[in-house]
Amino acid sequence: MPTSVISYIIRRLLAAVGLVVVISMITFAIFYLLPRLAGASPETLATRYVGRAATADTVRVTAERLGFYDPLYVQYWDWLKGVVLGTTIDTGAGTVQCPAPCLGYSFRNQEPVTPQVLDRLPVSFSLAIGAAVLWLIVGLSVGILSALRRGSFFDRAAMTFALAGVSMPIFWTGLVALAIFSYQLGITPPGGSYTPFTENPVQWAYGLLLPWITLALLFSAQYARLTRAGMLETMGEDYIRTARAKGLRERTVVTKHGLRAALTPIVTIFGLDFGLLIGSAVLTETAFGLPGLGQMAVDATGSNDLPQVLGVVLLIAVFVAVANLVVDLLYAVIDPRVRTR
Amino acid sequence: MVRTTSVTAEEVALSTLEEPGHAMDPEAVVVGERNIEGRSLSQIAWGRLRKDKVALTGAFFIVFLVTVALLAPLIVKVTGGPPDEYHQDLLDMALGGVPNGFFGGMSWAHPMGLEVGNGRDIFSRVLYGARISLLIAILATTVSVVIGTVVGVVAGFFGGWVDAVLSRVMDVFLAFPLLVFAIALSGVFPNEAFGLEGLPLRLALLVFVIGFFNWPYIGRIVRGQTLSLREREYVEAARSLGARRPYILFTELLPNLIAPILVYATLTIPTNILFEAALSFLGVGVPPPTASWGEMLSSAVDSYTALHFMFWPGLAIFLTVLAFNLFGDGLRDAFDPKSSR
Repeated sequence: MPTSVISYIIRRLLAAVGLVVVISMITFAIFYLLPRLAGASPETLATRYVGRAATADTVRVTAERLGFYDPLYVQYWDWLKGVVLGTTIDTGAGTVQCPAPCLGYSFRNQEPVTPQVLDRLPVSFSLAIGAAVLWLIVGLSVGILSALRRGSFFDRAAMTFALAGVSMPIFWTGLVALAIFSYQLGITPPGGSYTPFTENPVQWAYGLLLPWITLALLFSAQYARLTRAGMLETMGEDYIRTARAKGLRERTVVTKHGLRAALTPIVTIFGLDFGLLIGSAVLTETAFGLPGLGQMAVDATGSNDLPQVLGVVLLIAVFVAVANLVVDLLYAVIDPRVRTR
Repeated sequence: MVRTTSVTAEEVALSTLEEPGHAMDPEAVVVGERNIEGRSLSQIAWGRLRKDKVALTGAFFIVFLVTVALLAPLIVKVTGGPPDEYHQDLLDMALGGVPNGFFGGMSWAHPMGLEVGNGRDIFSRVLYGARISLLIAILATTVSVVIGTVVGVVAGFFGGWVDAVLSRVMDVFLAFPLLVFAIALSGVFPNEAFGLEGLPLRLALLVFVIGFFNWPYIGRIVRGQTLSLREREYVEAARSLGARRPYILFTELLPNLIAPILVYATLTIPTNILFEAALSFLGVGVPPPTASWGEMLSSAVDSYTALHFMFWPGLAIFLTVLAFNLFGDGLRDAFDPKSSR
């Protein structure tokens, strides 16, 4: 491998790590600094962990133990150290070991955050991957066809549907789909039915079918619009005319010259979307009652469980960074110009 | 103060006149200053927009919706009464509070039927929900537009390391799990802060959260436009005549940024409506009993057998978002010099 490629990869890696660190810092600052600015004292924060009935003394001891009296950067540093090296947590009733990627300790659930988060991960991942496959197939093919037959009946119908698709709130589509297909017709299973893939793959797919379709509907619409716009732009380029002029078959012109250029920006967007979706399919998860990461964030917010919320946000940031990294590295393979930059 | 504004308005008119690429109608010059301004880019755009039936339909719906939302207190006097009035006498308590009659008890007094369980009039709540949705979406969009324009113009105009830093900031924001983050932020915020409490505080917080997370989209577009405008000949001419930076910024650049800002502001409103509905749906947005579309959908989750309950608020969101998208798309095409329409 030439050195330029290696240095490119290293630079992208550093950028990804940097992104995660910055996001964790902002998250931390907002969750711990903003309540303070809004007038909450360390004691008020600690009250959330011990319950309202606790005495002033208990609250103060808890605030002390959780480090709420320390300056913010000390708190952040302790938290970061825990993530990298692992830590031991004093729960008040005893100490708990929290091994290496320690995202904190949930005082509500009386257990470290990391295993809870990892527990939810397969659900979110299953939801995202199935939907992604569907929306890529549908969105790209509709977009390409629309662009090639610009102004035709198919194009206008597809684009009308796509615009309607992006305008529908996903939780509404989900609820209506669930009400019709599951409760009225009984074709699909009711909400809240998730079977792990390892247990029964058929049941897994059957349970996720409706969430996949709902989620894919929204994204297909977006991707169809994007693909169409991209294709229209590249098909108007000079090199397409050149390719046609030198007598290439139309199929070759479209696939080898048009599509390849039109798809490159879509790969970037897909990386970002997919990374974000793993943790951000909150609405789909809530509508269908799937116990994923997003659902966990909502529940943790409802019960004021800051360490859990922080853990989920950080994990999502990691996924976004990884997805971006994969896209960047793919670029180095697809597009040789990138390496020299 | 008033005088200064009027002077700037004149200068705006003059600068659009001097600008290259504007259709200059020879007749218009003779008729006087007002008509010269009238033949500017906005005149051309208006001419195109007037012929765009789809965009106009969207615009009419928006005007209709705003009117209806403003007149809501008067309208509900004629129909089902205030949005928080209970009509439990019309419910079938034996069936768990399902309203009597077709599709949720549709009647002249209750055109969209009644809520399952507590029997509030859905039509009144949809109307009042429109007030909240539009208010939050428009205010949040204003926040996004202000931040996005300032950051975008500063990044594009000053360039160099300022641009590099601001662009990175925008990248980080775009890679953020916004929804999860907004959920968490709305959830951890205390009930009293900055001298506000209750509904006004929640509304202010929603406007801030939604507006603050959507600014990078506008910021990127404004930055790109500023970058390209900065290198135009007329800016160079002004510079060589000794114009200072503030003059170039406010008289040469900003007037030409208004069109793209207007277009993307229009397209940000529907995103913000969906965002607000999503947060309210998840229970961290507008607090009950205040009517909002998202909150109505979230209370409809438990009664999925009564389709009417989730149908109307969802339809309201869908039509509103669609109308803004149609109008925004039309506006973009109208301002786009490449557009053939």
